[in-house]
Amino acid sequence: MTGDQTYRRADGGAIDRSRPLSFQFDGRRYRGYQGDTLAAALLANGVRLVGRSFKYHRPRGILSAGPEEPNALVELRGGARREPNSRATVAELFDGLEARSQNRFPSLSFDVLALNGLLAPLFAAGFYYKTFMWPAAFWEKLYEPLIRRAAGLGRASGLPDPDRYEKATAFCDLLVIGAGPAGLAAALVAGRSGLRVILAEQDFALGGRLLSDRRWIDGRPAIDWVAGVVDELGTMTDVRVLTRTSVIGAYDSGTYAAVERVADHLAEPPPFQPRQRLWRIVARRSVLAAGAIERPLVFGDNDRPGVMLAGAVRGYLNRFAVRPGARAVVFANNDEGARTVADLAAAGVAVAALVDPRPEAAAETRRIVEAAGARLLRGAQVVRARGGTRLTAVELAGVAPGSGIDPVIPCDLLAMSGGWNPTVQLTSHHGGKPVWDATIAGFVPGTVPPGMVVVGAAAGHFILADDLAQGAQAGAAAAQALGVTAAPVPGFSADPETAAILPLWRVPGARGKSFIDFQNDVAVSDVALAEREGFRAVEHLKRYTTLGMATDQGKTANVNGLAVMAELTARSISETGTTTARPPFTPTALGALAGHHRGPDFRPTRLTPGHDWAAEQGARFIEAGAWMRAQAFPQAGDADLQATIDREVLAVRQAVGLCDVTTLGKIDLQGPDVAEFLDRIYINGWKTLAVGRVRYGVMLREDGFVQDDGTTARLGPDHYLMTTTTANAGSVFRHLEFCHQVLWPDLDLRFISVTEQWAQYALAGPRARDVLAGIVDPGFDLDNAAFPHLAATETRVCDGVPARLFRISFSGELAYEIAVPARYGDALARRLMRQGADHGITPYGLEALNILRLEKGHVAGAELNGQTTARDLGFERMMSTRKDYIGRVMARRPALLAPDRPCLVGLRPVAATATLSGGAHLIARGAVANAAADQGHVTSVGASATLGHWIGLGLLANGRARWGEIVRAVDPLRGQDTEVEIVSPLFYDPEGKRLHA
Amino acid sequence: MRIPCPHCGDRSHDEFSYGGAADRRRPTTADFGPEWLDYVYLRDNPAGLHRELWYHGSGCRCWLIVERNTLSHAITAVHAVLPASSPAMEDA
Amino acid sequence: MSGDCFSIFTLLRQAWTGQGGLKPMWREPEPKSAYDAVIVGGGGHGLATAYYLAKEHGMSNIAVLEKGWIGSGNVGRNTTIVRSNYLLPGNIPFYEHSLKLWEGLEQEINYNAMVSQRGVINLFHSDAQRDDHVRRGNAMRLHGVDAVLLDREGVRQRAPFLDFDHARFPIHGGLLQPRGGTVRHDAVAWGYARAADRRGVDIVQNCAVTGIRVEAGRVIGVETSRGLIRAPRVGLACAGNSSRVAAMAGLRLPIESHVLTAFVSEALKPLINTVITFGAGHFYISQSDKGGLVFGASIDGYNSYAQRGNLPTIEDSCEEAMALIPALGRLRLLRHWSGIMDMSMDGSPIIDRTPIAGLYLNAGWCIGGFKATPASGWCFAHLIARDTPHPVAAAYRLDRFATGHLLDEAGTGADVTMH
Repeated sequence: MTGDQTYRRADGGAIDRSRPLSFQFDGRRYRGYQGDTLAAALLANGVRLVGRSFKYHRPRGILSAGPEEPNALVELRGGARREPNSRATVAELFDGLEARSQNRFPSLSFDVLALNGLLAPLFAAGFYYKTFMWPAAFWEKLYEPLIRRAAGLGRASGLPDPDRYEKATAFCDLLVIGAGPAGLAAALVAGRSGLRVILAEQDFALGGRLLSDRRWIDGRPAIDWVAGVVDELGTMTDVRVLTRTSVIGAYDSGTYAAVERVADHLAEPPPFQPRQRLWRIVARRSVLAAGAIERPLVFGDNDRPGVMLAGAVRGYLNRFAVRPGARAVVFANNDEGARTVADLAAAGVAVAALVDPRPEAAAETRRIVEAAGARLLRGAQVVRARGGTRLTAVELAGVAPGSGIDPVIPCDLLAMSGGWNPTVQLTSHHGGKPVWDATIAGFVPGTVPPGMVVVGAAAGHFILADDLAQGAQAGAAAAQALGVTAAPVPGFSADPETAAILPLWRVPGARGKSFIDFQNDVAVSDVALAEREGFRAVEHLKRYTTLGMATDQGKTANVNGLAVMAELTARSISETGTTTARPPFTPTALGALAGHHRGPDFRPTRLTPGHDWAAEQGARFIEAGAWMRAQAFPQAGDADLQATIDREVLAVRQAVGLCDVTTLGKIDLQGPDVAEFLDRIYINGWKTLAVGRVRYGVMLREDGFVQDDGTTARLGPDHYLMTTTTANAGSVFRHLEFCHQVLWPDLDLRFISVTEQWAQYALAGPRARDVLAGIVDPGFDLDNAAFPHLAATETRVCDGVPARLFRISFSGELAYEIAVPARYGDALARRLMRQGADHGITPYGLEALNILRLEKGHVAGAELNGQTTARDLGFERMMSTRKDYIGRVMARRPALLAPDRPCLVGLRPVAATATLSGGAHLIARGAVANAAADQGHVTSVGASATLGHWIGLGLLANGRARWGEIVRAVDPLRGQDTEVEIVSPLFYDPEGKRLHA
Repeated sequence: MRIPCPHCGDRSHDEFSYGGAADRRRPTTADFGPEWLDYVYLRDNPAGLHRELWYHGSGCRCWLIVERNTLSHAITAVHAVLPASSPAMEDA
Repeated sequence: MSGDCFSIFTLLRQAWTGQGGLKPMWREPEPKSAYDAVIVGGGGHGLATAYYLAKEHGMSNIAVLEKGWIGSGNVGRNTTIVRSNYLLPGNIPFYEHSLKLWEGLEQEINYNAMVSQRGVINLFHSDAQRDDHVRRGNAMRLHGVDAVLLDREGVRQRAPFLDFDHARFPIHGGLLQPRGGTVRHDAVAWGYARAADRRGVDIVQNCAVTGIRVEAGRVIGVETSRGLIRAPRVGLACAGNSSRVAAMAGLRLPIESHVLTAFVSEALKPLINTVITFGAGHFYISQSDKGGLVFGASIDGYNSYAQRGNLPTIEDSCEEAMALIPALGRLRLLRHWSGIMDMSMDGSPIIDRTPIAGLYLNAGWCIGGFKATPASGWCFAHLIARDTPHPVAAAYRLDRFATGHLLDEAGTGADVTMH
């Protein structure tokens, strides 16, 4: 039966028979053609059983021919490219495609978990909530693992995705969503009017339903009309047609997200091509022409493989030249039944009957059915489908007794249509509620996102000639709304049709399980159960039964589900309401939404101008926010990282070290009011800072906690340079802009970030002056008297390079920081190394920097953690009482002044060899280590090579009064409990003599 | 969401950072009182029209006052905090 | 066993009788004209409050008023994570109390909310971040809460699919709370509703509170879309709408309402067996029992009541997902949805009296209210019944912003976009 495309029609269709393709499904090889979907090719080969359902593992086939497919989900591709839950109905066939069925064991045709189906009465909606509670401990150990293994659908590869993704942003006057008849007409008129148009179509071909139905426009086959429009759009330079592109979300201000499947129709993306591209489309207007999705009918065992949507059947017949069965029954409550009968007959499929629950039939219908050699069964319904892994017959009710018609009709294909649901999902993305339209028995758009117009079937209009006219008018209206003269709206004619429907939600007399949500196995009985248990709100219905929560997002299920609930509660469908569609419109690869932001490119990497120099010096780099900074400079002789750090620390203490401090934030402030501004920003005073001097400052947030610290130099009468910590460079700058523009616009000053413009190095150690002397201009007096601690100047170094020179020290040694324009940064580092070679100059990294600052008790990130006040950190005396500044008032709230607040202390282990750990808590000696005894914590630690033991900083309740006391640093996480002495945070050179050397 | 910056034009909101309610006035009183609690912590937090601050950090670096509806996200007015005539704007 | 108590036996009986005997989970009562107490807000916190008021304090003449359908707010729109891995002494006991209530919840209310203690791992990516996590883990341990420090290999054993090789911010290790995990969110609302209903609580859906009636500084009831309902005690548990409802009583709150988006992927066979948070972003992920990967990241960062977010945050969240787990690229996002977060100005909640006698406030849950549901209900019920704060919620005072006794876990100050 299967194989060899037995079900392929000899001719016709939009496939390319000159390009045969080979593919595999569950390890078996088949053939298809270019232009097929996987579903079409499987049907052509007679494959009907494609998947298993979520809960009961019932055998499932192909229901639809589009993105609404609930059943035919497969694992596509293999290895790291495995894509679980791929809909066979939209997967384009390519040569070598491999697909596997999923959610079955051991095989698709024999699945042991189908036993769940026998237990279906027990597995009703809400089942899990009522059981698996006894005994309590069994949930995680037994029940949950079993449930998890049974649930889920396909398997993730678990391997990094080897493909690339990218993002693009596009702007247009008009975004047309959907290239069916209405969308094409809209794009055509808008394009002719000169608008910048983007036409997005999820299919790989344009035309929408015109590809699947045998229709006529303006007296010629509709596909010829489509070809003409496509050609004309191709000549318009301002019209961009995106095929294989799903518009997945409508966001604010006319922003739409769309995903273009650039290479999913190929085995692998070509070189330098992404697999998919996320488009952010900013559109001044949009036309939603997304068509409609056909509804299944709800009768017994309506999930048997071979039961298909009628529109899909026509699509397979006409577009893909595939006969989805050999003997068909058509079951429809609307006028499309006859169209389906005609197409089946034209394709040579035997049609046994058209089953139509409506009492009357149009003459045209009777003619078509008669011509097809089929029976027209008016007032009848299919109540059950027979068969296991494929349909064998349908059982009917409502057949007139004595008519001689057997109520069981053998068939292998049932084409059903319950009417059409306009594809309104995107209209709901701004919260708009679709409204019920009884004439079409479907929801039509309610409030739509600003700038959007909905046309055609998406608006509930199912007559082709009207759809074309509506689309064209929408294109013209968009032009007019944007102030452009609209091109003439052409008239269209199409073959005649009617669109009458009699709603049929639950087929009366249905026998067996009547499924509403196929993938999640939600049946009428589950909706009824939800109703009895009080889950009558549509959102309760959805959440309790999982109706509409499967990968098809309820595209075929939602309306049937809520209509059944409406019947059960004797409410109208309007009163019952509908759930709100959320983005994305169709399941979207996470890779596409991430784009290239993964791995090393997750976030930008900032490198200092001296990065290459540091790398050549053997630097090990670590992340410091967005920056990469040298952690240390290991040398061949270093035993380990600690040895490197020790060597670098001692070099600074004994000779001279060089450290790249470019990453500190630098803000250049100029104007007559800078000092006043700084007075209001910092806790300390700035009016007395002389030109050529630097001062350390601390700034608070308005809530009274410390925001940042750093030095500011006065380079000229109206010219200041502020430094911030690396971490807070951006937020401090924003804060200054706020203070200036919002709070004090009257102050006359300007400032700008110059972090990127200047490279800056710290030159620290007793030999620093000797090294520096070699690069400053002759005659520049570096003597202590002429250029003392906290001096600053603009000068030149290295024979004419503009520079800023600061005598500031984080290490406590004689130290300078030299800033040069960024382009000289690398050269300056190299020059200083050469200059310092005779003095033992040693590059040092962040680890040594941290030890050096700890030895001096300087606070850094762990102490400036946003939870500490200036008082906590020992800056109380800096807090001016003679001026207003940000945070001043709030810092004086009672809790911030409480004497027992943890404040900064030094920590020294009692045992000389003991180590300290950051994050340990401080507990009194002899106390039980518990929350009540918790008095603070260790913020920063390090092994001080200078002092020969570990040191630390901590925040301890009432700490300043407790110097000399011994407490414990308790680290239960790492099993450490270390006695430490509370000491001054100033471990080294407390008098600061070396600073002034 | 796109914010029509008066200097830079229509830009995606991720170029901006948010500064909360616009109509707070920093108190001038030197001691803590209800007006300070109000300024730092309390918010009207309306469902509807909201005057709020946005900082165009990836653009003109200006703080803007944006009138935006918190129910619909519709923006009805945008202007810079600093008038074009202010000293800080004269050579911008 | 009574007919409405779930057991294996009743379930089997129901199965054989076509589930015909099951009763509604809760009644649909008409609101009475007066109650002893009224809870405004039929979300998780409000329903839990009603349940504990009835169970622990014997107050059964009470009502929960919900403007839509119960559970329609954040209890049904979150990423289902429960944990008590907090830093501050004002927070740890409360969240630990909550976790303990979670641990006994299903037996307590005879409803399987699928409390799954699969562990929560907070990753760290630098030495400084490690020290922060160690500080927090030690604070937990000192409070008797479980916490384990994992090194890189320890993380790899539990989550081999994370990016250990090419990460922009390498994984240094993680802080694990083994008792943390996930709970089936909707079931929490339904379970509490059912249990409260059984104790006589009126759960009134489609009943919007339109006013709070105050006389001589005392609350005397609420005006609703279904008429005046008198009550000497009114508890507000309105989450993202707290400011709007409090304004009916003339109160301004230290709260901004912001939008937070959550995400779920298509259902997959088990891939992630724990809860993981990304320290180089603000991202958290787990896998539901149904198979969907459930994740989220930061708030959009602007006031909003729209229940929908925007593309930059959505992209950013997925970028963090891919940065952490590069195997996610071909898996598909099924749906994202957004809730209104009541962002308090220090990032911690408020469970307290208000200046109006008899009017009580439960708000400010920021993005972490779900895990607090049981303890929030427990403590709010205690407050309403006794007019005095429960000890484990004693720090959640409204006046802390004036006194400075802030509970700022993140140290970000009064900028809710940074919490």
